[in-house]
Amino acid sequence: MIPEFGHFSLIIALCLAVLLATVPLWGAWRRNTGAMALAPGLAMGLLVFTAISFVCLTIAFLQDDFSVEVVANNSNSLLPPIYKFSAVWGNHEGSLLLWALTLAGWTAAVATFSRQLPLMVLSRVLAVMGFVGVGFLSFSLFTSNPFARLIPGTPSDGQDLNPLLQDPGLIIHPPILYMGYVGFSVAFAFAIAALLGGRLDAAWARWSRPWTNVAWAFLTLGIMLGSWWAYYELGWGGWWFWDPVENASFMPWLAGTALIHSLAVTEKRGLFKSWTVLLAIFAFSLSLLGTFLVRSGVLTSVHAFATDPARGLFVLVFLAIVVGGSLTLYALRAPAVNSRVGFAGLSRETLLLVNNVVFLVATLTVLFGTLFPLLMDALGQGKYSVGPPYFNAVFVPLMALLIPFMGLGPVSRWKRDSASRWKAELLVPALAALACGLTLPLLHGDYNIWVALALVLAGWLLLGLVRDVWQRLRSAPSLARGLRRTPASYWGMVLAHLGFAAAVVGVVVTSQYNIERDLKMEVGQAETLAGYRFEFTELANFRGPNYLADEARFVVTRDGREIARLAPQKRRYLASGQIMTEAAIDDGLFRDLFVAMGEPVGQGGAWAIRLHYKPMVRWMWLGAIMMAVGGFVTVVDKRYRRQRAASAAGEVAHGAQA
Amino acid sequence: MAPRLKLFLPLILFVVLALFLFRGLSLDPRAMPSALIDKPFPSFTLPALQREQTLDRSLLLGKVSLVNIWATWCISCRVEHPYLNQLTEAGVHIVGVNYKDDSDAAKRWLADLGDPYSINVVDAEGSLGIDLGVYGAPETYFVDAEGVIRYRHVGVIDERVWNSKLAAIYREIGGELPQQLAEASP
Repeated sequence: MIPEFGHFSLIIALCLAVLLATVPLWGAWRRNTGAMALAPGLAMGLLVFTAISFVCLTIAFLQDDFSVEVVANNSNSLLPPIYKFSAVWGNHEGSLLLWALTLAGWTAAVATFSRQLPLMVLSRVLAVMGFVGVGFLSFSLFTSNPFARLIPGTPSDGQDLNPLLQDPGLIIHPPILYMGYVGFSVAFAFAIAALLGGRLDAAWARWSRPWTNVAWAFLTLGIMLGSWWAYYELGWGGWWFWDPVENASFMPWLAGTALIHSLAVTEKRGLFKSWTVLLAIFAFSLSLLGTFLVRSGVLTSVHAFATDPARGLFVLVFLAIVVGGSLTLYALRAPAVNSRVGFAGLSRETLLLVNNVVFLVATLTVLFGTLFPLLMDALGQGKYSVGPPYFNAVFVPLMALLIPFMGLGPVSRWKRDSASRWKAELLVPALAALACGLTLPLLHGDYNIWVALALVLAGWLLLGLVRDVWQRLRSAPSLARGLRRTPASYWGMVLAHLGFAAAVVGVVVTSQYNIERDLKMEVGQAETLAGYRFEFTELANFRGPNYLADEARFVVTRDGREIARLAPQKRRYLASGQIMTEAAIDDGLFRDLFVAMGEPVGQGGAWAIRLHYKPMVRWMWLGAIMMAVGGFVTVVDKRYRRQRAASAAGEVAHGAQA
Repeated sequence: MAPRLKLFLPLILFVVLALFLFRGLSLDPRAMPSALIDKPFPSFTLPALQREQTLDRSLLLGKVSLVNIWATWCISCRVEHPYLNQLTEAGVHIVGVNYKDDSDAAKRWLADLGDPYSINVVDAEGSLGIDLGVYGAPETYFVDAEGVIRYRHVGVIDERVWNSKLAAIYREIGGELPQQLAEASP
């Protein structure tokens, strides 16, 4: 009964989405206020019914209702309750419902927090989001119904959730990632609404900026969680594989990073308008393209969903309508003439343009590398696989090129700046960064040129920001006044840039100084790695709720002092018989120690053991968290609140956003 | 170029991309074609695993065979092994190629996990593997009664791939299943 109820709610949600996509748009066209004013209500209804549907599916999972096909295929009565809950989105059908729910959530949030927008704009924005909702809800209902029943033929127990997904990181990774993916639909909807209305101005940029920053922050967090999960769960200590599905989430991030910077120029200076609109379309299109790549089976990937050509065709047609339609609209309506406001060669505008070019080139190279196997296959040129060497070869130099300009950005001035001013401001930080970068790797013993380069670049970012913050506060009458006068969006930028510097250091140091060893070890044996002695003390059996495991126990000592006890496991999940590696990690700010079990070797109880020493690997994720927090912080900026306070209706909604 | 026309560029690029994506839907990225399809199985002279005997190409003549490349160091081979046992029970003729492996370990493996192979060729140096163009274990070649390679499957054979694809290929090249395949345990 409950699944049918959920199914029915989903149908109602689709009907509401169809109304939302059409009625307000018609109202905006005919200047019919009544029709336009329906938009917020419809958006709320869409959220309510999608949420009911999602709750019904969740109940089916929690109650082990194996008559529902997705539950039977992706859950098991032995599964711990928290994983029964996350199993809701551990499959194609359920995750699509989560996508739709997230979209409904964003749509309702726009309806709630943007009451101060002109009704014409708001109704168009919500209608565009409703249109996207129609696509995803019908995708769910017509090709991937999550409520399909297995009656008759209900199995007595389910086939279990893929053990890889039975992990805390995977409980929150998809929802957060979807918040980011889908969040770009807001920027997209604002862009399309602006094109429809023919008004691309600073106000438009100011409205969509906080939404875009939040979506970007969520996407950053989501990608970071995915990388962190891969690191400790896949058991070989890697954290980024340039896998098509990873790239699918990385491309919208790169385009989104360009977008948030380009929006700044459009808001502050009224420049780059067409370009910013194009980036907004681009970022969301890449989110949709990611959905297509993951769910159609056109590329091989470690985490592709069970695929089906009918689904692929559906997403492709939808992609063609949304992206093709919006790019046609762009071609017809975007301002073709360059605005008369100019800027000098040395100015903040130029630096942000460099940012945009670098991130766009990065997006396109990742896109090209991801699709290359498909292109060659389609052209009959044979089978190819594009791996990390290509991506690293193009990506690393791009980022290295970016950072010198990135250090200049925050201290630079709009419109016109001068090299002599930059020199006066930044010569000391530059020299200090150079000195730090060149000497710090000496601490490690073996000098590494790449680490030195990374430290110089990160130091340049850090010291430039410190200098800028100091300048700002110094010019204020008192420290407290200075702090208060500095807008939140500035602190957000500082945090995000510092996070980027930290991530660069983490990535380069861990790639260069990482030590990995695969060994055959028996109980009683010990190995020393980077000064840490790993002693294999015991081999035990372990019984978990739905798996059996061999557990290798290690004591790690350094100079005779105990540092950690690590117990990696090799698990066999009972329902599926799948074998999983559970790595044991001793984490720290400056180094991770990582032990994973391979295979038993021979009959004598020896195992293949993988030992890793990974210096500063955490910096990468901490950096990503800082970037995300930076993105969230920008939203509390007073100028967005002032804009809201201007309208009495918006009064109720304050504070809760972000 | 007129300024307005320039704005059509993104649309044109997208249309080209969409055409490729559409083409991609009908391609199988996992299909690994082999240059040896419809060519005779390469000749070889290699020892057998469990007995003192030299084997050659003639052991593939006269009936449809599956030639399975396996090794004890290959985790996926352990995964597909129970299903190979089932296929053998149902009457499929499977020839093993023990690829770059330690023969003692291989014998223990077969004693422990069951032996689905009618006979095993020892390819310790991987020379047969080179002639076949083996990517990695497990890999399975479908060879017809004339000793001609008709299909190559890369990766694990399990109930799903067998029923959805391989069974049809097996029948098409003249293979028979005297016994019903046992139902996989739930």
